[in-house]
Amino acid sequence: MFGYYLDLALRSLKRNPALTVLMVVAIGFGVAASMITYSVFRAVSGDPIPDKSAQLFTPQVDSWGPQQSFNGDGEPPQALDYTDAMALMHAHAAKRQTLLYPVLLSVMPGGDRSLPIKANGYAVYGDFFPMFEVPFRYGSGWDATQDESRAPVIVLSEKFNRKLFGNANSIGREVNLDGHDYRIVGVTRHWNPVPRFYALYGSSGFEEPADFYLPFTRALDLNIGTAGNNSCRKAAAMHGWNDWLHSDCVWITPWVELDNAADVARYRNFLEGYSADQQRAGRFNWAPNVRLRDVVQWMAYMHVVPPESRISLMVSLGFFLICLVNTVGLLLAKFMRRAGEIGVRRALGASRREIYMQFLIEAGTVGLAGGLLGLLLTAVGVSGVGLLFRPEIARLAHVDLSLVALTLAVAISATVIAAFYPTWRAANVQPAWHLRSN
Amino acid sequence: MQIQPIVAALRHHKAGTVLIALQIALTLAIVCNALFIIHQRLSHLSEPTGIDEANVFVIASQWAGQRSNQQIDAQIQADLAALRQLPAVRDAAPANSYPLRGGGWDNFITMKPDQVQKTTDASVYLSDTHLIDTLGLKLIAGRNFRPDEIEPMGVRDNKTPPVAIVTKTLADKLYPDGSALGKTFYTMSTTPTTIIGIVARLQRQEVDSWSRDYTYQAMLWPRRLDMSFGIYYIVRAKPGELAAAMREAPKALLAQSRMRIIDPKDGVLSFAQVRHRAYDSDRGTAILMGIICAVLLVITGAGIIGLTSFWVGQRRKQIGIRRALGATRRDILRYFQTENLLIAGAGVAVGAILAVGVNLWMMRQLAMDRMPLPYVLAGIIVLLLLGQGAVFAPARRASRVSPVEATRSV
Repeated sequence: MFGYYLDLALRSLKRNPALTVLMVVAIGFGVAASMITYSVFRAVSGDPIPDKSAQLFTPQVDSWGPQQSFNGDGEPPQALDYTDAMALMHAHAAKRQTLLYPVLLSVMPGGDRSLPIKANGYAVYGDFFPMFEVPFRYGSGWDATQDESRAPVIVLSEKFNRKLFGNANSIGREVNLDGHDYRIVGVTRHWNPVPRFYALYGSSGFEEPADFYLPFTRALDLNIGTAGNNSCRKAAAMHGWNDWLHSDCVWITPWVELDNAADVARYRNFLEGYSADQQRAGRFNWAPNVRLRDVVQWMAYMHVVPPESRISLMVSLGFFLICLVNTVGLLLAKFMRRAGEIGVRRALGASRREIYMQFLIEAGTVGLAGGLLGLLLTAVGVSGVGLLFRPEIARLAHVDLSLVALTLAVAISATVIAAFYPTWRAANVQPAWHLRSN
Repeated sequence: MQIQPIVAALRHHKAGTVLIALQIALTLAIVCNALFIIHQRLSHLSEPTGIDEANVFVIASQWAGQRSNQQIDAQIQADLAALRQLPAVRDAAPANSYPLRGGGWDNFITMKPDQVQKTTDASVYLSDTHLIDTLGLKLIAGRNFRPDEIEPMGVRDNKTPPVAIVTKTLADKLYPDGSALGKTFYTMSTTPTTIIGIVARLQRQEVDSWSRDYTYQAMLWPRRLDMSFGIYYIVRAKPGELAAAMREAPKALLAQSRMRIIDPKDGVLSFAQVRHRAYDSDRGTAILMGIICAVLLVITGAGIIGLTSFWVGQRRKQIGIRRALGATRRDILRYFQTENLLIAGAGVAVGAILAVGVNLWMMRQLAMDRMPLPYVLAGIIVLLLLGQGAVFAPARRASRVSPVEATRSV
């Protein structure tokens, strides 16, 4: 029966080529616009570390006072100053913890390179690697004793290792950054969680992957300043590194790993207690104002999803909805035009169910054709998405198997759902009425 | 033209009528919001920065290897001397940043040293006596910096200068009566800064929405910033020699010292490129909205053509009877046009409410601005015209139905 209905459907669609083309084009464009914007949206809004995002938290401590908050909303600063960061680190109140800030260094000429090249990385603690589940190709991160001894060690990314050492196992070799030697202890596999949830302060979260990670303690010893945001409040003259370290400038992002609700509550108490201590000591003259956001909450608070991505998706979905309304109208016209034919079929013994089958298969055929066109347009659109979004965001959009499947599934199911009303009308055609008029 | 018979006829096509009206309503809601988004995005694109954009380019030079502040400062002075000697270059200046770079240094400004809440916010440009000529700024009051006022400053220092040049917008913000020249303000410092000059216009470094209120609030400090990782050189080419200057300048810098990194991809940017990058997400959103609007209008128009054609086909006999009873071709044409006007009218009425609703929802969810009513009015006119245009072809076909049809049995 399916084959027969399919044959009927194709005949019917051929009878009004213009209407058929219009329906297919409408569904094709509607689904393509939705899928192109969705491919960007899913890339920027996804959970970058799904199995651990509920256990990773970034503590915030109000070191500026409610009157000095960034947006005037009483929220604490989005990063820590050196004093608070060190205090949290030394208190060791969580299972694992790290501080981090971005650094920009250069690799001196050597080998066949006559010019220096630049390298982006982060200054982090050893816990960074297990906390964020960084995969290693060679070696590993460093441990707490190396943090304490301010060891000149470094972890390179796979790509950076390839650039410097051509993919060789470089463990134990030295690399010179800005005139200082570091011993390579690890090379990561490709690792670039998107958005880069762990370093959102002063960043969109979509930059090029990091080249290296070096010990926070070592970086401070070498007076390597932050390459990211540095925001200050107090009107105080500063002269050099030490004044800056002990100023109220915030530039350090802290992360802690907390396994369960009890640990989270305990850590929150610890933060409150710490702030209360600072108030008693006279460093803060305001009540404790702390936050402890997990990965998903932090990304939402930092507005990681670019507004244009959300707006584009919403408008595209609205567009698709209109295309479907258009399809409902056209299918209705098409089906009702065949009221006579339906009347004859019903009179000859076809059940309503069979009429449903016949017309839903016809709608499904339109949906499939629309889906295939949509797929084509999506592929074209995703390759041209650089015109529509910032380059750093556009390069995240790609067509994969799940997007292909989703495009077809959405096109067919949406068209079939849109066909329910016209089909219901067709199935309710009164045979007697139509037979009489003929 | 009698409306009653049209309404009566439409009652027989309830579903089709409702669907067309709904499609028109939704199209109106989307189109006017999309047009509003397009206008909002594009209006920033053409905001002038206040600088000589045609001839200015920027070089980002990162230092390789650790150097002391004194070494960096000496290198900067040598680099600048080399740049200024190039035949295609009119002038060059060091800077911490430049307009539309997408982020940079900004300071709170207060009128008193102990004031907790800021009066306003301003972008900070640190440079020497050459910045005004290099950017092509118009000094409308006061004077430029003197060479003896320029001091080097480390990136971890906060040495607020005793004098500054501000934009007119900032001057008017601080002293609305126009008396800013020679007056003082405080900028995250316990010592005052005196306004010695006012430039007509200079845009900020970032284009983020939070800074929109401060777009033209900027100040120039007489400081050469010795950033440990690098510096920006702003260069103004002689008229017509931008390409030559952009070719020569990086070579001249590498000849001064090879221990630097000028990124081959974006180390040297003409100001046109800077502007292009600053607004690429705005431009992209506008393009996407434009494409969606256009396709949407085509599909809605085609949908109206399709449904009306179907109705015409269905009513051939009735049309024949009307023609046989004396209706002119014009009457038939009018009939379908009026019918469409009624449906479209109902559609845009609902659509106008929907459009405002969508806008209110976007204001809440996506921090959009309120859409002015003219957008809705423009949308209504566009959709009514679209409906009339779309219905014309099928209506004309209907008007050509011969009266003989009345006598046919089907």
